[in-house]
Amino acid sequence: MAGAFIPPSFCIVPKEVTNLSQAIRIAKKIFYLLITIFFVLVFNFVLFRLLPGSISTKMAHTAHANATALANLDKYYGLNQPMVQQFLTYFTKLLHLDLGNTFASYGGGTDVWDVMASRIGPTVVLLGLAEIIAFILGTVFGVIAGWKRGKVIDKTLLTSSLTFYAMPTFWLSMMLILIFCTKANLLPSMGMYTTGFRKEIVGAAAYYKDVARHLILPLACMSLGLAGEYTLTMRSTMMDVLTEDYMTTARAKGFKEGYVLRKHALPNAMLPMVTLICMNLGFAIGGAITLEQMFSWPGIGALTYTAIANRDYTLLQGIFLLTTVSTIVANFLADILYGFIDPRIKNS
Amino acid sequence: MRQVRVNDFFRQVRENKSAMVGVCIIIFFLLVAIFGPMFLHFDVSQTGANIRDTWLAPCRQHLLGTDHLGRDLLAFLVTGARSSLAVAFFATLISMIIGTAIGIISGYSGGWVDNLLMRITDFVLCIPWLPLCMVLASFMGTSIINIILVIGLTGWAGSARLVRAQTLSVKEMTYVERTVSLGARNWHIMFRHILPNVFPIVFANTVLDAAGAISTETTLSFLGLGDPTNPSWGMILYYAEANNAVSRGAWWYFLPAGICVILVVLGFTLMGYAFDEILNPKLKER
Amino acid sequence: MEQTAPRLLEVKDLKTYFHTQKGDAKAVDGVSFSLNAGEALGLVGESGCGKTTAALSICRLLPANGYIADGEILVDGVDYCKLNDKEILPHRWKDVSMIFQGAMNAFNPVKTVGWQIAEAIMLHDGLDKKAAMERAGDLLELVEVPRDRVRHYPHEFSGGMKQRAMISMALACNPKLIIGDEPTTALDVMVQAQILNLLERLRREIHMGMILITHDLSILGETCDKIAVMYAGRIAETGSVDDIFRHAAHPYTQKLISCFPDISKRKEIPDGIPGFPPNLIAPPKGCRFAPRCEFSCDKCREVDPFMRRLSDSHSVACHLEVEK
Repeated sequence: MAGAFIPPSFCIVPKEVTNLSQAIRIAKKIFYLLITIFFVLVFNFVLFRLLPGSISTKMAHTAHANATALANLDKYYGLNQPMVQQFLTYFTKLLHLDLGNTFASYGGGTDVWDVMASRIGPTVVLLGLAEIIAFILGTVFGVIAGWKRGKVIDKTLLTSSLTFYAMPTFWLSMMLILIFCTKANLLPSMGMYTTGFRKEIVGAAAYYKDVARHLILPLACMSLGLAGEYTLTMRSTMMDVLTEDYMTTARAKGFKEGYVLRKHALPNAMLPMVTLICMNLGFAIGGAITLEQMFSWPGIGALTYTAIANRDYTLLQGIFLLTTVSTIVANFLADILYGFIDPRIKNS
Repeated sequence: MRQVRVNDFFRQVRENKSAMVGVCIIIFFLLVAIFGPMFLHFDVSQTGANIRDTWLAPCRQHLLGTDHLGRDLLAFLVTGARSSLAVAFFATLISMIIGTAIGIISGYSGGWVDNLLMRITDFVLCIPWLPLCMVLASFMGTSIINIILVIGLTGWAGSARLVRAQTLSVKEMTYVERTVSLGARNWHIMFRHILPNVFPIVFANTVLDAAGAISTETTLSFLGLGDPTNPSWGMILYYAEANNAVSRGAWWYFLPAGICVILVVLGFTLMGYAFDEILNPKLKER
Repeated sequence: MEQTAPRLLEVKDLKTYFHTQKGDAKAVDGVSFSLNAGEALGLVGESGCGKTTAALSICRLLPANGYIADGEILVDGVDYCKLNDKEILPHRWKDVSMIFQGAMNAFNPVKTVGWQIAEAIMLHDGLDKKAAMERAGDLLELVEVPRDRVRHYPHEFSGGMKQRAMISMALACNPKLIIGDEPTTALDVMVQAQILNLLERLRREIHMGMILITHDLSILGETCDKIAVMYAGRIAETGSVDDIFRHAAHPYTQKLISCFPDISKRKEIPDGIPGFPPNLIAPPKGCRFAPRCEFSCDKCREVDPFMRRLSDSHSVACHLEVEK
């Protein structure tokens, strides 16, 4: 009979080595992150300089400005300087977090940073809540659909998710506004709060209640669209996971189906979901544009729309920078997060 | 052999219920787009004779009602099909060509070329698609060609990634190595050998991209960046919103257009998922 | 053979079918075998003959489209076929446990190995987590895996170690019967020998019944007491190791054994068995092996052979008269 089995020493990796390799991995990722952000800055700059038309051409169409005034305008915004000069100015200002001034005024002053800061709150609220709701709905429905594959409930969920995924969010808002506002007059259809309802006047409780009422419809629209997508992904992942061998092992041990789903299937199915949601955060900002437009929700999306209409370079630059950088950072975080929750990467 | 594979593919498509639903939907809309305008009673540019003809709910004369100018909405919808589908088709074609080319070149070359192309692709993926399209469309002007270009030139990144992954696995296949050892030139290998193997996945993905293209086009048009001379379904929605159709309760203005968009996107999505299942070797085992 | 107590396992005329688009596939079509406590039965046959399906049927671990159409499965006197889906749960792993084919994927990649062993112990033996993890450590030591591996994840184990861990997991609740489905197929020969020795030793120490499923005859000779040969969902022949290896009565068994190169004979490539296994949805009338059998006659093609006792230990399902 063979003696004791001595495992080769390389099988057991000391914790110090694991932590070091993990740290190196994260450092490499941060490095790439910084490079990408730099390219984003360059791209941002180039994009808006290359596009035809500038603030002065727009002004020329609208206002009755004469040539001198337009030239002064260009000078003020530094648009008459050579490109390289403009880029250097742009870059140095950026390091001071100075994003310049907007061309038009947006009721938040004219500093790009300030204007964006005043609008980001509502978007974060809307987006954040929508993602949370969509995540919960997506997970629950996706698990059910994947588990009961082929049955009626699965087909129903699949069709509805596909439909909501295919639906333009703004169209859904039109329908909901029609039903809840025009026909039934139940909910407000515009803005974040009723005009004149300020915290100082009506008190915090009434104010927030009012905001909540205004939040319902845009939130519903956004969450339903996202939930459709998440349900589809979760369903697909569940179907993959349910065919894995370790599911049979778990059942063979005598556990009920609910336990097997919860403890074995779900942790595995969640992994790709987490990555998807983080990556989606960047793209969700695009969806917010139409929604915020529809509901006059004072967020970054509506700001983007107005900025484009105004040909407001500096503001657009700022917005682009913000959204691109947040997408990149979100992807980066998703990557890191995944490294922590998947033991195969954590301990490799 | 290739003929057998094609026949096999068609058979599998026919057997797949969701694929057939998708195919039927798309064929229906294609027919409507191509032949529909011949059967219309009203011309889409024909505005109403007087104010009583505007904002009409669906009736015998106008099956889908009229808009704020008295134009027949059914006509609008049918002609809109042409624009929407044309944009989707050509834009997807452009992004498919660019994505496939970059993916194959990147995957096949390896080394710094691969690294560079993938960094660029990752970078493009990070840029928010809609704002970019909006900026480009509004600055470049809103002709239908520009819309097609904008969507096509910005939407190739996903395909590129996919194609590269597939190229990498195809590259390992022995017969490709043999071709290399025979001294074949790179371009020859890439396009005569790798492309046919990569094509099935590209095809499935392209169909899904088409769904995305329609969505984007609709959104762009809705935001006022569409081509007024080539109205699409998105533009119908734009006009609806611009003229307060919602607060007037004129559901016929925007409901049908939205349903059409949903159906077409659904159609492409169902087809795309089904093709992916059929053509993707990894998914076949499920 | 005399039995003083009910047998550990008695499978009587088991029929397990699968719903398919083209009809029901009769994967197991009237299979009977038995096992006493402490015995080892080898279930052998080519891929697709139904051996894995038969094993999965015992604990009713069939996929969604599989169902037991008929038969009895008596484990220590209890007919599992009569238990509903809820009632069978306490028996799983506690009375009958399994070692699955390809331990690569049989472990959940995001849970530690120790936890996966311990969860069965917590369920069936009611221990709390700490005690269960202790037991898991003990079990790992039993199969010669270092104790601190309890906190490691499956991907950190080598192939052989994973298989050992699987064995220790199967032993967690001290089952009466353990079913090993190709437990050594993916392993290299050295590790294979170690695993088989381990199983042998444990079986003798714990007096556990074992069913070993494989398509590799060589390992059966060392580890099993009885062998059952399956073909196309039916048992072709059962007997002791000696019966099967030295006095194989069924033409299929004879072919199987002859396919195996003998180190003492001269070097020659054995003849394969011409033809393909039959369609399980519409199996041929008569003996299922008849189309590929060189001794088949008209009777073989018409009449289904029943199991004929050749001796106390040896039975065969074949019409041919056998010369010993």
